[in-house]
Amino acid sequence: MSEKKEYKVIGTRPIRHDGVDKVTGRAIYGADFQITGLLHGRVLRSPHAHARIVSIDTSRAEAHPGVKGIVTAEDLPAAEDKMADLGEGAVSLKYLCDNILASDKALYKGHAIAAVAATSPHIAEEACELIDVEYEVLPPVLEVRQAMEPDAPILHENLRTSSLGETGDKPSNVASHFQHKKGDIDKGFDEADIIIDREFVTGTVHQGYIEPHNATALYNPDGQLTVWCSTQGAFTVREQLAEILQYPISKIKVVPLEIGGGFGGKINVYVKPLAALLAKKTGKPVKVLMNRADVFEGTGPTPASFITIKMGATNDGKITAAQTSLVFEAGAYPGSPVGAGAMCVFAPYNIENVVIDGYDVVVNKPKTAPYRAPGATNAAFGTETVVDELAEKLNIDPLEIRLMNGAKEGDRRADGPVYPRIGFIETLEAAKEHPHYASPNGKKYHGRGIASGFWFNIGLESSVTINVNPDGTVNLVEGSTDIGGTRASIAMQAAEVLGIPAESVNPTVVDTNSIGYTAVTGGSRTTYATGYAAYEAAQDVVQQMKARAAKLWDVEEDNVQFADGEFSSINGKEEQISFRDLSARLGETGGPVIGRATMNPAGAGGAFATHVVDVEVDVDTGKVEILRYTATQDAGKAIHPSYVEGQIQGGVVQGIGWALNEEYIYNDEGEMTNASFLDYRMPTCLDLPMIDAIIVEVPNPGHPYGVRGVGEVPIVPPPAAIANAIYDAVGIRMTELPMSPDRLLKAMGKI
Amino acid sequence: MQAFEYIDAKTVSEAVALLDDKGEKARILAGGTDLIVQAREGRRTLDWMIDIKSIPEVNALDYDSETGLTLGAAVPCYRIYDDDAICNAYPGLVDATKIIGGTAIQGRAGVGGNLCNASPAADCIPPLIVLNAICVIAGPNGLSEISVEEFCTGPGQTALAKGEMLVSLKLPAPQQNSSSYYLRFIPRNEMDIAVVGAGASVTLDEAKERIVSARIALGAVAPTPLFAEEASALLSDREISDDAIDEAAQAAQAIARPISDMRGTSEQRTHLVGVLTRRALNGAIQRVKDTA
Repeated sequence: MSEKKEYKVIGTRPIRHDGVDKVTGRAIYGADFQITGLLHGRVLRSPHAHARIVSIDTSRAEAHPGVKGIVTAEDLPAAEDKMADLGEGAVSLKYLCDNILASDKALYKGHAIAAVAATSPHIAEEACELIDVEYEVLPPVLEVRQAMEPDAPILHENLRTSSLGETGDKPSNVASHFQHKKGDIDKGFDEADIIIDREFVTGTVHQGYIEPHNATALYNPDGQLTVWCSTQGAFTVREQLAEILQYPISKIKVVPLEIGGGFGGKINVYVKPLAALLAKKTGKPVKVLMNRADVFEGTGPTPASFITIKMGATNDGKITAAQTSLVFEAGAYPGSPVGAGAMCVFAPYNIENVVIDGYDVVVNKPKTAPYRAPGATNAAFGTETVVDELAEKLNIDPLEIRLMNGAKEGDRRADGPVYPRIGFIETLEAAKEHPHYASPNGKKYHGRGIASGFWFNIGLESSVTINVNPDGTVNLVEGSTDIGGTRASIAMQAAEVLGIPAESVNPTVVDTNSIGYTAVTGGSRTTYATGYAAYEAAQDVVQQMKARAAKLWDVEEDNVQFADGEFSSINGKEEQISFRDLSARLGETGGPVIGRATMNPAGAGGAFATHVVDVEVDVDTGKVEILRYTATQDAGKAIHPSYVEGQIQGGVVQGIGWALNEEYIYNDEGEMTNASFLDYRMPTCLDLPMIDAIIVEVPNPGHPYGVRGVGEVPIVPPPAAIANAIYDAVGIRMTELPMSPDRLLKAMGKI
Repeated sequence: MQAFEYIDAKTVSEAVALLDDKGEKARILAGGTDLIVQAREGRRTLDWMIDIKSIPEVNALDYDSETGLTLGAAVPCYRIYDDDAICNAYPGLVDATKIIGGTAIQGRAGVGGNLCNASPAADCIPPLIVLNAICVIAGPNGLSEISVEEFCTGPGQTALAKGEMLVSLKLPAPQQNSSSYYLRFIPRNEMDIAVVGAGASVTLDEAKERIVSARIALGAVAPTPLFAEEASALLSDREISDDAIDEAAQAAQAIARPISDMRGTSEQRTHLVGVLTRRALNGAIQRVKDTA
């Protein structure tokens, strides 16, 4: 970057627009929504991990006083095996529908079988127990390597492996296999003086958002369906409902309420179609809420995986070849994030010879869903551990080996794209310069670990309209769910253009009838893409207001300029009017001004992060304490630095949980035994040190202010960084996540 | 969650009469931090919930350095750790009251409820065992007493017969040069149930060099909390040494018969019994030494 731009609003830390509502408890979340005549829905779930559904008899439940309606898979429009278009990619409609209500088979414990609407939640719960389901229990398969065995139980009789353009001829649990190749892998390993080849296993983990899934639906007699819910994307809910219910998209309105976290887990729908079906059947509004066990057992976690990483380097530290096999569990239906994992696995490094194989494998667990940089954390756990081992064996500092091999502008990633300006090297330098890295690290059973990570970020569609108010403020209307402070970061980009304070922009997230199509809040896209749309909509406002000033002053539009919140005339007449004063004169100059923009920007700009962590291992108990944590990250340009820091800290915390204790624990029958926050052990504040977030700014050339998405990459390095720190502390390489006390005790030979 | 009748009992005899009349479908409500969750999650069905918090005897908290402590069955944790004299006399029990749930839970949850819930992992029970606590039980035939290690008979099961309720716990006054300690292992630093818990009490000689007597108790390694009798006896009249403590730790490990579940494996738990027994004994000894 040549010159440092000066901004008035961007880079400041105003109070978020939705802050007061949230801290006073006034914000309306999904479960808070009330409407007259409301019925309450409850879902009956499969107690078996794998079973054929022989029969479902709802007659006893229907006769239960207070029950108003029951739905099963028979109430879904017959789902043929066609592809449903959900904007982000096509998926099998049958799989999509079967995941909402099981038709022929229950494929995981917690799979929805039927849903009841009743006059109270307790009656609905009682009625679920009166539904008689006959199951033929089948053996479950819970792990990818077992699912790939020739004699493994088969989940889908019709599923054939699609491998490198060929389709298999017999039923398989391997949905797909793909490969990326770059250079000559054999030559690359021949050039290496040292080769490290390791296997890694990661557990199934959940996003752990605090607010369970929810939906309230109402069918009007005119056929209009309205759904109030919390979601990462109202428009994607509308699309999924249209496909699952086979209902015209124009007859569906989705109203997004406040959301209590998503992290990728609130893109797929679960109870929303059930609320809609029950509303249609009963003619009443129906609210369906999940409890925590429903969330763990009935919604998408992110996949467990089995990963091999083989890397070779010369004695002077140049990585000459890298090869991986990424085997990801898809859950009950195809569609793990293995593709994204493959894009990220070696992304931080410029390596000439690479082979990446990816496998998507179905198992008897809930269909996986995205989780913050989906697939990248699994992959980085392998790569960054092997890079650490290379550095150790070659006696090179772990930051130095990364600096030597780090990807830069112009380097090509193995899956195709050539990097524009990126900031990986800068994150390494920031880590190297941080006092943490220079601080002493020699105490017994203390250790320090380094790891880096990448997430590509996405663009996709966003729409923004801006209505100018007569007092010089504006109302900004957008369709992006605000999870991490994006009302503020979007409003600030408009404010910067308009030369007004952030507080003078009132951002509102609206329903699907009230704004142009906007894709999900996901892929770290919102501040980038919806912010970009806000920038363009504000430019549109400026353009239109220039015309109004020209009209006032009777000059040509070209002779009006706008800077620092003031319109002025150039070439002759000495005229000047502030944005605020001109806002009061819109009526007399032609009527209200509405700025608008829609975008699908292509230059999302990847995000890199480098983390440094100090740990202490209790060698008697196997417990790992995080002593100090420093996370450097290229944010491109931090619009609201506090929320960038918040994203970094939140991502690190989730990464620490994934590293140390979080996992779905299953018994032999395929039942999750820890479906509660008591036993699914996410870190609490007492388990964490202050996480020092260091923002590096290498502007993204694909955004007017240089924004890069920041939300996802901070979860990527922590498991590897902590594994490397544990190695530094006790000399044991942990290759399985989570690195829980019992696993560490075992690895140390204590049990 | 099913509907149930709530009864605010005013006297022990009223509560006992109700329990005797209603039988299995009636449960005592003290802090409610276990019972209400169990009812809500359908893990326990009940028709009557008998609140005992209006009964004076179950709210008693009286400490006397000669006669010891009377701890009413419904006294919440915070009243125990807020009392300096109790903290000095029974530090091992106080350790447990400070780690049950968070601050809000400690305002409701109590030692009596923790005992009556009879979880093998209950944090209060090992310290009660090492402190020689006696359970005072009211029933249709009046009051009776049993030692705390006899109280739990299985997971969620107690020695209470039909119509009986726990009124209070009696802890003898601590002897000279004695102290106690409780700790548990959890993978996080809060919000977890003990993977293993260990309590120890020791009485040292005047010079604080020899162990006169010791008691060790374990949690979460058997269907009920265990009094490690043999391990405790090994320390009688022994010089304080790592060897003596190791011997006791090994003897404690020998009586552990843990299961593997989502909270920990059997091997991990057996290993931890050794680690925690050592730490509990050393902790109790250090407390005696730290007392002037």
